[in-house]
Amino acid sequence: MKKFAVIAAAATVMLSMLVACSGKQKSGTVNTDGSTSMADVMGALTESFREKEPDITVNYSGTGSGSGISGVLDGTCDIGLSSRELKQEEMDQGAVAHVVALDGVAVVVNPKNTAADLTTEQIADIFTGKVTNWSELGGEDAPIAVYGREDGSGTRSAFEEIVGVEGTCTYTNEYGSTGDVIGNVASNENAIGYASLSAVDSSVSAVKVNGVAPSEATVKDGSYTIQRPFVMVTKDGTTLSEAAQAFLDFASSEAAAASITAAGAVYPN
Amino acid sequence: MQLLFTLCGLVTVGFVLLITIYLVISGIPAIHKIGLFHFLFGKTWAAGQDQYGILPLILTSIYGTAGAIAIGVPIGFFTAVFLAKAAPKRVANIIRPAVSLLAGIPSVVYGLVGMCVLVPALRSWLHLPAGDSLLAAIIVLAIMILPSIISLSETALEAVPKEYEEASLALGATKLETWFRVSAPAAKSGIAAAVVLGIGRAIGEAMAIMMVAGNVANMPSLTKSVRFLTTGISIELNYSQDGSLQRQALFSIGLVLFLFIMLINALLNLVLKRGKED
Repeated sequence: MKKFAVIAAAATVMLSMLVACSGKQKSGTVNTDGSTSMADVMGALTESFREKEPDITVNYSGTGSGSGISGVLDGTCDIGLSSRELKQEEMDQGAVAHVVALDGVAVVVNPKNTAADLTTEQIADIFTGKVTNWSELGGEDAPIAVYGREDGSGTRSAFEEIVGVEGTCTYTNEYGSTGDVIGNVASNENAIGYASLSAVDSSVSAVKVNGVAPSEATVKDGSYTIQRPFVMVTKDGTTLSEAAQAFLDFASSEAAAASITAAGAVYPN
Repeated sequence: MQLLFTLCGLVTVGFVLLITIYLVISGIPAIHKIGLFHFLFGKTWAAGQDQYGILPLILTSIYGTAGAIAIGVPIGFFTAVFLAKAAPKRVANIIRPAVSLLAGIPSVVYGLVGMCVLVPALRSWLHLPAGDSLLAAIIVLAIMILPSIISLSETALEAVPKEYEEASLALGATKLETWFRVSAPAAKSGIAAAVVLGIGRAIGEAMAIMMVAGNVANMPSLTKSVRFLTTGISIELNYSQDGSLQRQALFSIGLVLFLFIMLINALLNLVLKRGKED
């Protein structure tokens, strides 16, 4: 009887080992590091990835695109996160870009405003305070109220970076959320503001930039210019760990599209 | 039983200590990194450019509070005199509940009304681009501090012994002279306490003024958008990265605000103590 118990126990142990080996579950830790603007997208990706691979832990630390890229080149993290395209010298050092999402920023005005098409220069002039009256842009004689987000907001840094007005904007008002910007633009005929494309609704009108209206399609084909890529960066010649490869594959796959859209970005493929 | 009461008292003291210690610990590092002088007297707050000067925030808080006091105290004081001395009973019974209702309105509602009524009105009257301004914040704050000023001053005025007023009237003074020359001086410590309490409420308010002030860290100017110490914290907290200098600097603002409130509390205690000694 005793012998039988031992055999049974041994069989159970072997069987469970067999199950563990044949299972497709991977385990491990993926360290990602970089762009703070990608926090939302990373959060959504991590969450849906966890459902698929519960044993893999994805760590995210928001340090900025530059330090994320240098992190992956130095080998201090598995995947670097950048919310801008890679520079030539970074690619020369072996950085490889995998674009996982696109982020479009819409420039919005009150629906009663007649301005419907602005150039990038005009937008920059408005936000830096060179142009202060709508009449200078062919509109009515009314002062321009420039609405923006607070320092630290990803939308703000994206907008200022792409339009080329980093740190030189003179805002009339600053708001703590995208909804506040849209709500206040909707209630003030003089106002202009910016918001993530996914958050724009019918209470405001999104102006054409250089003749192109913002939409998921124009962001995807690149004709709408106020946009930036969300990039996962790896190093050429370095093999990713099994867990990191699985996460990168997942983030670039069709399965991630819903999470990326839910986080307010555009799925690129 | 004694133990239970002592324990309850200690819990309160414990919370105060906990908050104080936490604020000091989390507020000091940024001040150390930025430099006390640069932090307190720097004229630019731009976290994106690593500039953390809170002079515009401090001045805005002081100007805003001073403005609210300048508008709120005269109105509040005269209302209190009216309620305590002059008002017919029936009128007083309408005004008094209105005042306590005003005290009970949540600050977000003040902000909402300010945002939807006051700001657009200022925009069209003064031909401003937006209307969110220090002026709007001062008006909202002035209304918000009215209830505490009115009810405290009224209580103080009513506590003045009847004999004082009767003596004054008997000497031939008019009613008006009696109220302002006899009753008000006799109630001065209570009225001063009301003013200090109003200052405390105004300087600590965040929600209502965040909705009407515009929140750009400009040097204060009546018609421009401004940022207070309180709103400076709440507007940037969401998106500041944990452990970043920006987040730490926000705690330092909290520490400065805390010191302001402590100062006001100390002033209040002094005023009340003097009143008792008189």
